[in-house]
Amino acid sequence: MSKREEERRRSVFTRRALLLGAGQLGLFGFLSYRLQKLTVQEGERYATMAEENRVSTRLLAPPRGRVMDRDGRVIAANDLNWRVLLTAEQTQDVAATLETLSRIIPLSESERGRIERDIRRRRRFVPVVVREFLSWEEMAKIEVNAPDLPGISVDVGTTRFYPYTEHLAHVVGYVAPPAESDIDGDPLLALPGIRVGRSGIEKHHDRLLRGRAGTVQMEVNAVGRVIRELDRREGTRGQDVQISIDAELQKAVRARIEEGTSVVVMDARNGEVLAMASQPSFDPNLFSSGISATQWREWTRNRSTPLINKTTNGLYAPGSTFKMVVGLAALEAKVVTPGERIFCPGHYDLGDSRFHCWLRSGHGNLDLRGGLKNSCDVYFYEVAKRVGIDRIAAMARRLGLGVDLEIELPGTKAGFVPTREWRQAQGKPWNLGDTVVHGIGQGFYQLTPLSLATMTARLATGRAVQPHLTHAISGRTVRGVRAEDWPSLGIPERDLRLVREGMWAVVNEEGGTAKIARLPPGYGVLAGKTGSTQVRRVTREQRERGYRAENQPREWRPHALFVAFAPYDNPQYAISVVVEHGTSGGAAAAPLARDVMVDVMNRLRPQPATPVAQPPGTPGAPGRTTEAAPAGPQLAEAPPAARPAAPRADAARVEPSRSDPSRSDPSRSDSSRPDAPPRR
Amino acid sequence: MMVFERRLLTRDRGAGVLEKLWLIPWTFVLLLCAIAAAGYVALYSAGGGAPEPYASRHALRFGFCVVMMLSIAMIDVRVIARLSWVGWLFGLGLLVLVAVHGQVGKGAQRWVELGPIQLQPSELMKIMLVLALAHWFHRASWERVGNPLFLIPPVIATLVPVGLILKQPNLGTGMITLMIGGAVFWAAGVRWWKFAILIGAAMGIAPIAYEHLHDYQRARIQTFLDPESDPLGAGYNIIQSKIALGSGGLWGKGFLQGTQGHLNFLPEKQTDFIFTMISEEFGLVGALTVLALLALVVAFALLVALRCRHQFGRLVAVGLGVNFFLYIFVNIAMVTGSIPVGGVPLPLISHGGSAMLTTMVGFGLLLSVWVHRNAEFGAARE
Repeated sequence: MSKREEERRRSVFTRRALLLGAGQLGLFGFLSYRLQKLTVQEGERYATMAEENRVSTRLLAPPRGRVMDRDGRVIAANDLNWRVLLTAEQTQDVAATLETLSRIIPLSESERGRIERDIRRRRRFVPVVVREFLSWEEMAKIEVNAPDLPGISVDVGTTRFYPYTEHLAHVVGYVAPPAESDIDGDPLLALPGIRVGRSGIEKHHDRLLRGRAGTVQMEVNAVGRVIRELDRREGTRGQDVQISIDAELQKAVRARIEEGTSVVVMDARNGEVLAMASQPSFDPNLFSSGISATQWREWTRNRSTPLINKTTNGLYAPGSTFKMVVGLAALEAKVVTPGERIFCPGHYDLGDSRFHCWLRSGHGNLDLRGGLKNSCDVYFYEVAKRVGIDRIAAMARRLGLGVDLEIELPGTKAGFVPTREWRQAQGKPWNLGDTVVHGIGQGFYQLTPLSLATMTARLATGRAVQPHLTHAISGRTVRGVRAEDWPSLGIPERDLRLVREGMWAVVNEEGGTAKIARLPPGYGVLAGKTGSTQVRRVTREQRERGYRAENQPREWRPHALFVAFAPYDNPQYAISVVVEHGTSGGAAAAPLARDVMVDVMNRLRPQPATPVAQPPGTPGAPGRTTEAAPAGPQLAEAPPAARPAAPRADAARVEPSRSDPSRSDPSRSDSSRPDAPPRR
Repeated sequence: MMVFERRLLTRDRGAGVLEKLWLIPWTFVLLLCAIAAAGYVALYSAGGGAPEPYASRHALRFGFCVVMMLSIAMIDVRVIARLSWVGWLFGLGLLVLVAVHGQVGKGAQRWVELGPIQLQPSELMKIMLVLALAHWFHRASWERVGNPLFLIPPVIATLVPVGLILKQPNLGTGMITLMIGGAVFWAAGVRWWKFAILIGAAMGIAPIAYEHLHDYQRARIQTFLDPESDPLGAGYNIIQSKIALGSGGLWGKGFLQGTQGHLNFLPEKQTDFIFTMISEEFGLVGALTVLALLALVVAFALLVALRCRHQFGRLVAVGLGVNFFLYIFVNIAMVTGSIPVGGVPLPLISHGGSAMLTTMVGFGLLLSVWVHRNAEFGAARE
């Protein structure tokens, strides 16, 4: 290569190398620009993002509020839940640890499978729950053996606990992990292990009971391991809800009833539900620990529907307990006067159809009072024909039948009262015969025991009380506790008194259909009305062969109903009883109502300073009619120890007139108490 | 053609090792030490504020590599030139070996076990290619280079290893190798228009090539174009890297105070993403300081190229300079989210033996060129 050639080559090289260097310099400039842009121009944004990366905000579950009964007895509480956890990274051999553990608490194959699956799915420093709801003994054994159980730790969480088990399950409800449909924007619901109310009060007041989540800010690394806590803000615990139920009364009522029976006891003056029993029931505690598929199947397939609250969701025809409604409608429409007598020959003819009275021989001439007392069907066939279905249905609604009563139990049925429009909307005519049948509470009605109790309370007080359960929230009494909170029904007091008199006669007069429901002396006077509703149609052929309901198979027998209020002259409590297939209201439902009313009086009327007893044979206190004697407070069924010492917030409300003369009578001794309520 | 002369140095063929050591530019060695020290600091932080497991090994490795570099610098550049094709064949052999027996890592065969060390033959190949091409063009006059037929052997010598690297598959290194080869071609005087045609052709076939990429390579390109589209998957690295860089601000969060790095949000923070550690803890100031030190190394390579009196040395210096530059550029462009992520470490700073070894071998060769910059090559032997 010549010198010249070499020179040329070199100059080309130098030029190109310098160009290359310039290009590299340019690219270094580009990198510097990028770095400057990221750190200076966008630095703040990235600093925020780094902070978001670093700081993880977690929610703290606040304790769920408690549910208490009217006396402050806890009916839904938070219990400690001891759990065994396994942290995979703290043990060399997960299988060996589980093997050792299973010598203390036996682990089934499927449990082990679940645990190993959980461990695989999560980061190795995240503890996995091995077993919940440990007993003290198991806990202690694990603690003692801790050195042999690497990776095993014990911690305590909370679980919902219902001390009254199946007694209040239908009222208080239960809790379960939130479902998709429960997600309502509350971040609390995303917490693992959180429970939401699934039915009853737990569901209705879920937002109050739930409380507000606290937050804890932690520094975490990329895989979520907590490095340290930066800030902690405690949440607010859920509010306590006090309900109007008397848990001990509820227990007493439930002890009296059998499968298929429902009982509602209401404070007639303000609509507070005091007891609400539906048999059979279930244990809501089982939901807290997670129910098995077998248990669930058993509950849902059981024909007597333990999961369903029959007092709010059982639908029945009211039968003769409806006759007060027809009577009031007729009085208001002035189609019958109180004294007007209607002749009952035992049957009622309308066109070609013949409707029978329950008494084949007939009642003879009866006025309204007699019609109610004897529960004469013919009287009410005629009255219903005169007043018409429209006015009957309107009166039924005013009394709380077939309308949504807005009780705090989600899923409650409103029930149904048929109307002419409804029938015509189905493309069928409403015949006069239909009106006649509906005059005695049979036909298309579908009413809940709760609505029947409400009807009775409204009849007794003349006020549009609505049944409700919430008594106080966080110690503050809610609206609706005072009787004055409820507006008048607008039914003339004179009409109401006539109907009440009829109900009084049912129980307290010779020949009444529920003489058995008479309260024992000293308990005041009860007024009520029986009802029985056929579940199968009785054919003419059966009638001719001498049909008797009690000879039928159990599931063909009529339902027995009874509604009542007491005391007669100063109504305080309303009750409805439905005994499925109980055959006769007078025989099956009325005695039960009487016993429950005695329980109510024993539990809810205040205790005197000294025990009270009346001399045998003395039916009432001076200054009052015999019938209307206020009940002397009783101690027989409720020894003082059974009642909490704490003063009742609502004591002033439940207390009867302080002028009750029997209270201050010092001559009584504990040993002579003839008026102890009868036990069955 | 001139007669082959057996003189090694300009003045004396028998120049001793001591004399050669005297010729070593110690400022440059100091510069390398400064960069390695920055790497030590960053790795100390990446190790959670402890020399273990990264920083101490980094220092040890660097010390070993400095000795190796100086040893290579002692070798006569003409010997190196003579052996360059042997080196190329050796590199190619390793690439074939890795294709047949390589360790599979991250879905690609890249590593080969050579006794105790894992070697990435593609890294070695880049240097061998520079030597081989420099040797080829060493004697070529401007006119000769203009002859297309003359260019056929070096093009093949470039494309065969590039093809093998792409086949691994290692898109990033393949492209880098191609660019280094191109830089040598360019410096040797290959005509502008040939490059223009090649680049035009490359752009033409790029869409077709894209079709033949592996899924993960395509995903990488797609994630690069829109990192937020996949914040927890492939885009995670880019996003976290940018957060770490940006959150450092002008002055940084302070030594050992980088949350992104210390809380493990940065993936591979001790290797490919080490630069983000520096930027997070020492801010833009620290990052630019390191960048300037690295740029000085590139500048030194250019200086060697310009001062060298033989074409072989010039081309080697340019090739190695571009090699080092591409390491830096690709790595920093990658962590700043400027180009798709590829497993390219930051030389002398990232933890890892293979990259440090090949980089320092390169610097050894560069120093050899510098020490023997006045060597006179004999006549062509062809």
